[in-house]
Amino acid sequence: MTRIQLRKGAPGARIVGLGDYRPRRRVTNDELAQAMDTSDEWIRSRVGIAERRWAAEDETLVEMAVAAGGKALAASGMAPDEIDLVILASASLRAPIPGIGPQVAYRLGIPRPGALDLNAGCAGFCYSLGLASDAIRAGDARNALVIGVERLTDVTDMSDRSTAVIFADGAGAVVLAASDEPGIGPVAWGSDGDQFNAIEIAAGSSTMTMAGQAVYRWATTKLTETLVEAMERAGVGPGDIDVFAPHQANLRIVEQMTKKLGFGDDVVVARDIVRSGNTSAASIPLALSALLESGEAKSGDLALVLGYGAGLTVAGQVLVLP
Amino acid sequence: MSREDIQSGLAEILEEVAGVAPADATPEKSFTEDLDVDSLSMVEIATAVEDKFGVAIPDDELGNIKTVGDAIDYVESHQG
Repeated sequence: MTRIQLRKGAPGARIVGLGDYRPRRRVTNDELAQAMDTSDEWIRSRVGIAERRWAAEDETLVEMAVAAGGKALAASGMAPDEIDLVILASASLRAPIPGIGPQVAYRLGIPRPGALDLNAGCAGFCYSLGLASDAIRAGDARNALVIGVERLTDVTDMSDRSTAVIFADGAGAVVLAASDEPGIGPVAWGSDGDQFNAIEIAAGSSTMTMAGQAVYRWATTKLTETLVEAMERAGVGPGDIDVFAPHQANLRIVEQMTKKLGFGDDVVVARDIVRSGNTSAASIPLALSALLESGEAKSGDLALVLGYGAGLTVAGQVLVLP
Repeated sequence: MSREDIQSGLAEILEEVAGVAPADATPEKSFTEDLDVDSLSMVEIATAVEDKFGVAIPDDELGNIKTVGDAIDYVESHQG
C-alpha cells in the first residue's frame, strides 16, 4: 500500500510582524450621552471605556484588514509571496458568502495562499493564532498572516445603551514565521455551548444582544483555568509573564482576571479598551500594538493572551512579542 | 446558620465588593437604589455568596434578589 507522505514541519512558530488599523473617527462618551440615556461616569464605571473608534463607510472590513495586514507584512520584512496561509478572524461580516480572507490576501499581493475566515467571536484571534502556528509546525505553511477585523457598529443596536457604548471597530494583524525557538506556546482552548445564546444575533435580527451578567460571571469565574492551562502547557509560571493582554471586553473583567492570577505591578496589563472599546477579534493585536508603541511592552517580552466571547468560546496562549 | 449570621456574612461581602459600610447593609435596603450596587457588582456579590454560603444563585434567580432581605431569604431557604 502506498504510504501518504507528510511535509517536514518547523520546531516552532513566532510572531515577526504586528500591524493595526484604528478607524479615523474618535467617539467620546460625551458624544454618546447626547444621543442616548447614558453618561461618561456611567460608561467608565460599568465598562471602563473613555472613547472608541467607529469606522466610516469607506473603512470597510476588507480595507481595514488590508491596512493592518500590510503594516504587519512591512514590519516583518517579508515579501507577500512568502506567505502561504491567511486566516481572517471576524464576527461582523454582513454577508456570510464569500468570506473575505481570499480578497484581503489578493489585495495584499499574496499569490494564491490558503485563505479562510474564522468566526469564534471575540476569541477568533487566539483560535486563528493557534491554528496558524500549528500549520507552520506541521509544515503545511511556511509563514502565515493572521488578521482580526471588526465593524461591530454594523451589528450594534444604537438604541440599546448596554451594547452601544461598548462595541467598536478596528483591525489588527500578525505575521507568523517558522522558527527554531518556539515563540508561540500551545493553545489552551474550550467552549461552553450551553450558553450559545448569551451573545447572539438572533435569527431574523441584524443586531447583537448580550446577556451582560451571564457573560461577566462566566468570564470572571470560568476563564482563570484556561489562563493557567495556557501557562502550564507552555511550561511557564505567572512569575515569567511580562505582559497580560486579555480580550478587551470590559475593564472590570481585565482587573478581575489580573487579580485572580495574582499579577502585580511588574506585569504590564493591556487596558486598550479605555481608548478603543470592545473590538472583538481585533482587540488583542490592537492592545499589543498599543503597548509596543507606547514602550510599556518591548520586543522579546513574554505575553499571556486570552480571547473569549460568543459561542461561548475561549482560547489563549503564551507568546513572545515581536 | 441564623439570619443574623447570614446578614453579617453578607455585609462583609458587600463591604469588600462594593464598599458598602456594614451598618448600611440592613434587610430593607435595595442593592441598586440604596446601596449603589450595579448589575456587574451584583454578579460579584452572587459568586461571593455562593462561595461563602455554599448555595447556587443562577443568573435568572439573581434578577429576583433586589434587597438585602431578599438575599438573606434566598440563602436561608437554599442552604443545605
